[in-house]
Amino acid sequence: MTAAALLELSGVHTHIGAYHILHGVDFAVPEGEVTVLLGRNGAGKTTTLRTIMGLWPASAGELRFRGRALRGLATPDIAAQGIAYVPENMGIFTDLTVKENIVLAARGARHAGELDTRRLEWIFELLPALKKFWLYPAGKLSGGQKQMLAVARAICEPRDLILVDEPSKGLAPSIIGNLITAFKELKRQRTTILLVEQNFHMASALGDRVAVMDNGRVVHHGAMREMVEDAGLQQRLLGLSLGAHQ
Amino acid sequence: MIVSTASTGTAAVIPKAQFDWRPMALLAALMLAALPLVGSGSTWLTLTVAGLAMGFIIFVISSGLTLVFGLMDVLNFGHGVFIALGAFVATSVMGGMSAFSAGGGWQSLVAIFCAMLAAMAVAGAVGWAFERLIVRPVYGLHLKQILITMGGMIVGEEMIKVIWGPLQIALPLPELLRGALVIGDAAIEKYRLLASAIGALVFVALVYTLNRTKIGLLIRAGVQDREMVESLGYRIRRLFVGVFVAGSALAGLGGVLWGLYQQSVTPQIGSQVNVLIFIVIIIGGLGSTLGCFVGALLVGLVANYTGFVAPKVALFSNIALMVAILLWRPQGLYPVTNR
Repeated sequence: MTAAALLELSGVHTHIGAYHILHGVDFAVPEGEVTVLLGRNGAGKTTTLRTIMGLWPASAGELRFRGRALRGLATPDIAAQGIAYVPENMGIFTDLTVKENIVLAARGARHAGELDTRRLEWIFELLPALKKFWLYPAGKLSGGQKQMLAVARAICEPRDLILVDEPSKGLAPSIIGNLITAFKELKRQRTTILLVEQNFHMASALGDRVAVMDNGRVVHHGAMREMVEDAGLQQRLLGLSLGAHQ
Repeated sequence: MIVSTASTGTAAVIPKAQFDWRPMALLAALMLAALPLVGSGSTWLTLTVAGLAMGFIIFVISSGLTLVFGLMDVLNFGHGVFIALGAFVATSVMGGMSAFSAGGGWQSLVAIFCAMLAAMAVAGAVGWAFERLIVRPVYGLHLKQILITMGGMIVGEEMIKVIWGPLQIALPLPELLRGALVIGDAAIEKYRLLASAIGALVFVALVYTLNRTKIGLLIRAGVQDREMVESLGYRIRRLFVGVFVAGSALAGLGGVLWGLYQQSVTPQIGSQVNVLIFIVIIIGGLGSTLGCFVGALLVGLVANYTGFVAPKVALFSNIALMVAILLWRPQGLYPVTNR
């Protein structure tokens, strides 16, 4: 049974300057599940996440979060609804320490002493490197550690929805394995995640639902298990988007 | 507590990133290198204190611009108008409090501090209007920013002429701050000590705010990635306005210090120091407060040493210093990452 939709996009169009990027995107993100957005480069996955966050405003269509319209809201207002965003470039503040990055992400804390220590302990268990490098400038971390910090920022306070853009990009397989473990733990705790991913191994390991995009549209939307088990469906969509990423 | 555990137990094992002392060492090396060139120890001490005091004043007038440039990516060529405004407001306040400022005692200090507060308030308020009317429409458009903020400065200068007249106005130091303290054979001007103390106070306040408060974290983060700060749920636009107002107020304070340093003010005082300010923030690394501080001290020291040792070199010493620093560190002394 599919859970109730936390986020719904219907007929979303986005223009960036003169370019028409999203051509009526429709899909829903059920609460407590991991929805994976797949597609080739340029399909519109990142634009979809940025449109949800209000970083590139939708020019038409509806975006609803818990039934409330997001379209027209400023990015800080969208974030304040309980949506966290981990961008493709991770958005780490490299001149700040790991601690300062976390304090900044925790809107309820004015300094490290006001961080939720139990939650922090949980994050340290999930992503141990962060504890090790707590006072270290984030710019000195490796790519994988930066990605862990980016994820930690998104979960340092309870959030209703986490948008993650290609967390495995450019990372070594062992680091991807660590990330998959961390995301599985988040999934076990029923955290709702919308994950953009090109690595089908990671996508299939984590996803409950999948939406495949091409040319700014969602061309397939269904259960991840169906796609994993249906060779024909995979074959049809692999030719469309996944073939290059296996 | 987890935070303290993490910050004591593990951090002791992990080598923290080293603070870059080399620009500080350059400052010390410059002072030491000047000693044999100047020859006399007392003259060297006089020049060094004068140079540091000048540097502190330059830091105060530049610090606002480096914040505005660093956080907002705004090339505000109109920054000088807030300096002029601060200086002229000081002439009015000190003129209105002439009974205080003419006195030789602590009352003159009260007059100066009232002038500084008024200058900061007026410059901050005008800065707020400047951001709304002139800067806001051109965010992200550097060429237009240069043109429109320069235009804003011209308009501002003309407004100052309308209010205070086009002529130079005297801004004499009160009796208490005139003259020098003589230590051995070295003469250290009293006003320069006050200016240094105020500059140091501003530096400490800025460093504390930027490093120990959440507002400071937001500013430092905003310098690097404004979009991500917004994605974390903070309204960077409000932060922009706050920083612009604070930067303008600091320029107003710097105007008072510079006016008292020159003991006169003209409507062109802002445009005269504009180039100097840009040299300082480029030397320091755009957006870096510490870089701005070290850069300002270097400029002050070099100007004083060369003015004594080789007066003709002093005419281009600032530019020469900038070229030398940029050849060593093309991004400035303390570059801000991601810029």
